[in-house]
Amino acid sequence: MKKTIVGMVLLIVCALFAGGCSKDDASQIKIGLIAELTGDIPAVGASCKNAAEMAVAEVNAAGGIQLGDKKFKIKLIIEDNAGKADQSASAAQKLITQNKVVAIVGPNASRYALPAAEIAESGKVALITPWSTAPKATLNSRTGASKKYVFRACFIDPFQGGVVAKFTLDNLKSRKAAVLYDVASEYNKGIAEIFKAVYEQNGGKIVAFETYTTNDKDFSSQLTKIRQAAPEIIFLPNYYSEVPLQIQQAKRLGITAPFIGADAWGSEELLKLCGSDCEGYYFSTHYAADAAGETTRKFIADYRSRYSTTPDDVAALTYDSFGLLKQALATAGKNDRQAVRDALAGIPRYDGVTGIMQFREGSGDPVKSAVILKIRDGKFTWFANAKP
Amino acid sequence: MAYFFQQLLNALQLGSIYALIALGYTMVYGILTMINFAHGDLFMVGAFFCFLLAVYLKLSFVPTLLLSMLGVACLGVIIERLAYKPLRTAPRVSAIITALGVGLFLENFTLALSPYPKHIPPLLKNVTWTVGELSISSLQVLVIVLSLGLMLILDFVVWRTKAGMAMRAISWDKTIVPLMGVSVNKIISLTFAIGTGLGGAAGVLYSLAYPVIDPYMGIMVGWKAFICAVVGGIGNVRGAMIGGFILGAVEILVAAFFPSTYRDFVAFTLLLVLLILKPYGILGRPQPQKV
Amino acid sequence: MIRAKTAYRTWRDRWRRLTARKYFWPAVLTAGLAFSIAADKYDFVDLYVQLIIIYVGINIILTVSLNLINGYMGEFSVGHAGFMAVGAYTASLLTVYAFPPGLQQLLFPLAVLAGGLAAALIGFLVAIPSFKTRGDYLAIVTLAFCMIVKSVLENIDAVGGPRGLLGMEKLTTLPWVFFWTALSVWVIRNLVYSNFGRGVLSVREDEIAADLMSVNTRQVKIIAFIVSSFFAGIAGGLFAHALQFINPRMFDIIKSTDVLIMVYLGGIASIAGSVIGAVIYTILLEILRPLGVWRMVFMPLLLVVLMIYRPRGIMGLRETRLFEPLSDLATITLWRQKKKEAPDGAP
Repeated sequence: MKKTIVGMVLLIVCALFAGGCSKDDASQIKIGLIAELTGDIPAVGASCKNAAEMAVAEVNAAGGIQLGDKKFKIKLIIEDNAGKADQSASAAQKLITQNKVVAIVGPNASRYALPAAEIAESGKVALITPWSTAPKATLNSRTGASKKYVFRACFIDPFQGGVVAKFTLDNLKSRKAAVLYDVASEYNKGIAEIFKAVYEQNGGKIVAFETYTTNDKDFSSQLTKIRQAAPEIIFLPNYYSEVPLQIQQAKRLGITAPFIGADAWGSEELLKLCGSDCEGYYFSTHYAADAAGETTRKFIADYRSRYSTTPDDVAALTYDSFGLLKQALATAGKNDRQAVRDALAGIPRYDGVTGIMQFREGSGDPVKSAVILKIRDGKFTWFANAKP
Repeated sequence: MAYFFQQLLNALQLGSIYALIALGYTMVYGILTMINFAHGDLFMVGAFFCFLLAVYLKLSFVPTLLLSMLGVACLGVIIERLAYKPLRTAPRVSAIITALGVGLFLENFTLALSPYPKHIPPLLKNVTWTVGELSISSLQVLVIVLSLGLMLILDFVVWRTKAGMAMRAISWDKTIVPLMGVSVNKIISLTFAIGTGLGGAAGVLYSLAYPVIDPYMGIMVGWKAFICAVVGGIGNVRGAMIGGFILGAVEILVAAFFPSTYRDFVAFTLLLVLLILKPYGILGRPQPQKV
Repeated sequence: MIRAKTAYRTWRDRWRRLTARKYFWPAVLTAGLAFSIAADKYDFVDLYVQLIIIYVGINIILTVSLNLINGYMGEFSVGHAGFMAVGAYTASLLTVYAFPPGLQQLLFPLAVLAGGLAAALIGFLVAIPSFKTRGDYLAIVTLAFCMIVKSVLENIDAVGGPRGLLGMEKLTTLPWVFFWTALSVWVIRNLVYSNFGRGVLSVREDEIAADLMSVNTRQVKIIAFIVSSFFAGIAGGLFAHALQFINPRMFDIIKSTDVLIMVYLGGIASIAGSVIGAVIYTILLEILRPLGVWRMVFMPLLLVVLMIYRPRGIMGLRETRLFEPLSDLATITLWRQKKKEAPDGAP
């Protein structure tokens, strides 16, 4: 018995060492993707993966990217972070040290993007997060200066929170608002605080500022408190899997005020999970499928023919991230991490399917417009644009 | 004042669900002195059965509830036969670890089959009555009434029927009972069936109240219900009910009167203090130890 | 009396004679340390494999320290992740905010030690309610404590609150992990086979009888909790600097469950068992990564099957010759012979 155990342990250790040796495939460009394929927001991960695979397939179908005098194909290595922050970190580690990728795309949710961004920064590998809007992702947590290796394809929350606050005050004419947000998640907390600051600065009054923790299902206590405060509108900067529960419980408690949200509402799953309860509400996001320009319409048509659903904002932003990487690789001319990073930092302006992105010197955050969508007849419809 | 009563109603609803799950823990513990850590995940399986029945077979509320309970009860008995029976003579902790393993297996198996959170369509029309400043929804009332009903039925079964008497006898002395003509295996399976069936019912009620279900929903709820069962005195059916309502009340009322982020902290500290004051739980019997 | 085997022919005897020499194990440990320093400096071991070995080392420390409470003392503690969290946060706060940036490499052991001490203090606090409660009630106390730690950390914004603490340097290197792992295994093994250790075992077997036999059960429980949580804190400090990011959710009941599984997988009340359990669990999980989601379906199934056929774990209650003290060897060999004749029955 003991011999078999010792033998088994030795075998496992050997297998690990053998498996650890990675083959260096110099004829391909390796790009890593970290997505939330399982966990609490799998719809986001699925969209990201689909868009990534489509982008890579397009490039490879054209023969690859021209680096120097040869064309190189892209190999996409997908890691699942299972909706956990530490798995994001270890997935980033694995992609950098074992798979030796030249750049990483993802993760999407800010609470998972932050740890991966730290690892990328210290590992000196460029990372583009398609969907994370929290400003901390591209800032050094200790010094506050911009990180050198982390970029994003979307706008940041200081801009988005301001957009929602101004829309609530000016268009919806509501002076008293309440907020219910997840205190355990970077994105929710950040944008809630920015909303509060901008709202109060411009004459509004926050009558209730309630919190819950991720994975909580029962909000009756916080919603009852909100009901006591009698707001005119309630801001729910939360993810698509939590918002339906919150809205339904609020209605059960007799709350009649309307709700407004931010870009984490943007998945089709929200409509499936919410049903008719979400009819007539607004939220801010990155792009509108039904008010698209030429390039965007082509992207939507391709995506629809491949996956038979309309792409959401995560998919569009992932596609744009890969577009940015493609341009950077072409400019850099070689399959080298530092060169790719420098080329990325040097892009001043990029026209993607989510609009025009303008990058400022020294910062990985693009300046972009936002759109306000309205949920009408069970679908996302474009309502307004908000320029920076 | 109305605010307090509203929160009290919320507490009753949450508490009834915790109590139903805690009952499952307590029943199994009372008979086998084994903590079935897979119970929280059986609760989750109940919610998923409810989803399958409601969405694919389009059944209405009562058949869904009954069939889910039956389904989870059968699953519970199968698990007991396969995984727990061989460990009846082994040290208690091994059975607990096996239970942990079964729980993990159920979670991840469900995750592998269905990674997306699922939505359960409303099975009953929800009416909200407004009494003064109070909003009472028919769903809340249903959950509370149904849970209390099931608990009363269980109380009746355990204290007034022959099978219940056999269960209580086994919890006193397992070796003597077979000599009295009682089939221990059958009674144990029955206990598991009832306990897990209640867990399944809790799953259905929970998914009615919070219609978005995912494979990991059972973990926290399961551990919290375990705490309820212990606080009430593990092995004691009435204690589990009390424990469930206490935790529900503490969670809701703490969030009502303090900032909501302190909820977990205050709730668990209160429970800890309660346990220190009453080390065997509220209704628990001190176990005499012979040297 | 043992009949000493004088046959030099079998390799087993040669191995035994070699390991019995005084200089053998110190030489092996020094060689191991030298190898790990070299591997760290010259990178001839793949970085990913290094990371896995670091995880294995951290898990060994966790498992061995939990085994002290769960295996040797017979309690059922589910709060190990809470101690780990305290250690991780203390060590990280020190390196990120208190230590000057240049000296971090040098002061890293101090940070880890501080983490261990902070966790030991908390362990002392947890030990106090453990006097009144036994068995499953102690499980609740430790469980509640674990959740309280997580909740407190989530509420303190200064340490990052629920979003966690960032900015740690990658200070956990192979040599450090090797050092701390060897140290913890050595300390706990010595503790268990000392006089104090016999007190711990007696508390497991029959607490009231031990009390009557003038074993100071209170002191035994307190010291056991302190030692166990000290090493859990050390493991936490190492973990934080390997991952470079920590948040309270990483130290919840699921992490405690992982450590529990490693302890019972390897075998309760067995140092070698703890090591084996930690190694197998960590490496198996990594190797099965290609299976994706089905990895976590397969692992618990394996665990359940193992529990059914070997309820006390792979090395339950037994020990390899390496860790047993020579003075016990005679008794243990006789006991094993007797066990072979009369199959298993009592724990």
